[in-house]
Amino acid sequence: MKVKVEDKLFLDRFRVDEEAHIRIIDNDVCIKNCLDQPCLYFCPANVYKLEKDRITVAYEGCLECGSCRIGCPRLNIEWRFPTGGYGIAHKFG
Amino acid sequence: MREEFEVAIVGAGPAGISAALALAEKGIKVIVFERGEFPGAKNVSGGVLYGHDLGESVPDFIKRECPVERNIVESRIWYLSSDGGFNVSFRDRAFEEGLSFNAFTVGRARFDRWFAGIAEEKGALVVCGTTVTDLLRDGGGRVTGVRTDRAEGDVTARVVLIADGINSALAAKTGFRPEPKPSDVALAVKEVIELPEEVINERFNVEAGHGVTIEVLGEITKGMDGVAVIYTNKNSLSLCIGANLFDLMNNTVRPYELLEEFKGHPMVAPLIKSGRPREYMAHWLAEGGYDTIPHLHGDGYLIAGESGMLFNALHREGSNMAMASGRLAALTIAGALASGDTGREGLAGYAAALQGSYVMKDLKKYRRFNRFLLNHKELFSTLPRLGASAAREMLTVDGVSKKEKQTSIRRKIQGAIPLARLARLLWAGARSIG
Repeated sequence: MKVKVEDKLFLDRFRVDEEAHIRIIDNDVCIKNCLDQPCLYFCPANVYKLEKDRITVAYEGCLECGSCRIGCPRLNIEWRFPTGGYGIAHKFG
Repeated sequence: MREEFEVAIVGAGPAGISAALALAEKGIKVIVFERGEFPGAKNVSGGVLYGHDLGESVPDFIKRECPVERNIVESRIWYLSSDGGFNVSFRDRAFEEGLSFNAFTVGRARFDRWFAGIAEEKGALVVCGTTVTDLLRDGGGRVTGVRTDRAEGDVTARVVLIADGINSALAAKTGFRPEPKPSDVALAVKEVIELPEEVINERFNVEAGHGVTIEVLGEITKGMDGVAVIYTNKNSLSLCIGANLFDLMNNTVRPYELLEEFKGHPMVAPLIKSGRPREYMAHWLAEGGYDTIPHLHGDGYLIAGESGMLFNALHREGSNMAMASGRLAALTIAGALASGDTGREGLAGYAAALQGSYVMKDLKKYRRFNRFLLNHKELFSTLPRLGASAAREMLTVDGVSKKEKQTSIRRKIQGAIPLARLARLLWAGARSIG
């Protein structure tokens, strides 16, 4: 089933921090040493996308679940909370 | 912030606010840090709260206009194949009358803000838009306060309560709670779907103000250990679906695809027809249970709520355990402040109090439940499929005798799952919740 996550993220309210709160520590590890790249699938906001020779991080739409921090098989993702007051703000919760 | 506080609390969720409220009532100087714009901005739950635990903190919560969505009068459990499924439900007049508000739905953005407001009325200071980035410690390793991301943001306190939820980057960073293993958490996504109030009343067969919860297991999680729920709010439905993170890592299934397929299931689609999606969220559930609970107190600090992995996966109870642990933490802290010993010894009463409460008793009782689900994937594949096919066969009137139908069903079951395996599964299942 093809679902556009952008349509879902569009429903949410984000206050985007200029500074990224997620960083891939070493992109070479993703490309050379991670066969499955599960972050491309399990991330509920599809933050991670594979482009030619690297994985990009669209941190702006992050739902702040933390899954990539512990679910990266190489523990190659540095993840902190966005600066206070930034990131997603739930309307209903 | 140069001010000194007796207690600093990280996180304005049910655990942190219950503690803050209890401390403020005793006249203890307490500050709560919340990283969201307002309390609840970052919080998600399926949406059911329990009156008992809230009532311990705010006995007159209805009179104080607690933002209740619907009082739950009926609970359903669905076991689904991909094309249909079984439904067991229970309704009781008691939940409309004497046991009213035993369980009720809330939206956490509104509820947590309301709850924090009560704590503020009692004298707690709640500071929002402020992320706690580290804990302050003295030379001996004793926690002496928190570091925030504000300018000059160090705040000292005699005791720190860590209550920043299951995704506690702080607990991970400071090492007070090791990072959960992927198999110890479930990743769930949630969608809030708006529908007119009367439409919900009709579709769920309830009076105004009354609501239904549906817990769903089966093929909907594509063979992964997972669960879905449908909860009724006043004029919206909460749909959540999630699976164990380890299982998600090993399948190329996207959580939002699970959600969309669930919305298209023949038992779900008519309930949400013509509804408007209004919000999409994601959150972890602490599924690891009793054996993943860290040390919940130490020199100058305590941990409460889901930061401490306090979550009953079988009964989907988390917010109530957060409130109970927050309250017990507050009692311990008040005693420690009075005695002057806020070190490890002085705070040790918290562990004992939790052990004596329903929180640890329930978690201990179900300590094998997570492993049981993880190790018996038939529950999410073969079994619902077989069950549905057997029921379909028996209900199909086609000139074949019932006896012949039974024989064919028995053969089908034996071909799909060895009887010894089925017996072991039933035994392990009974033991895991026994």
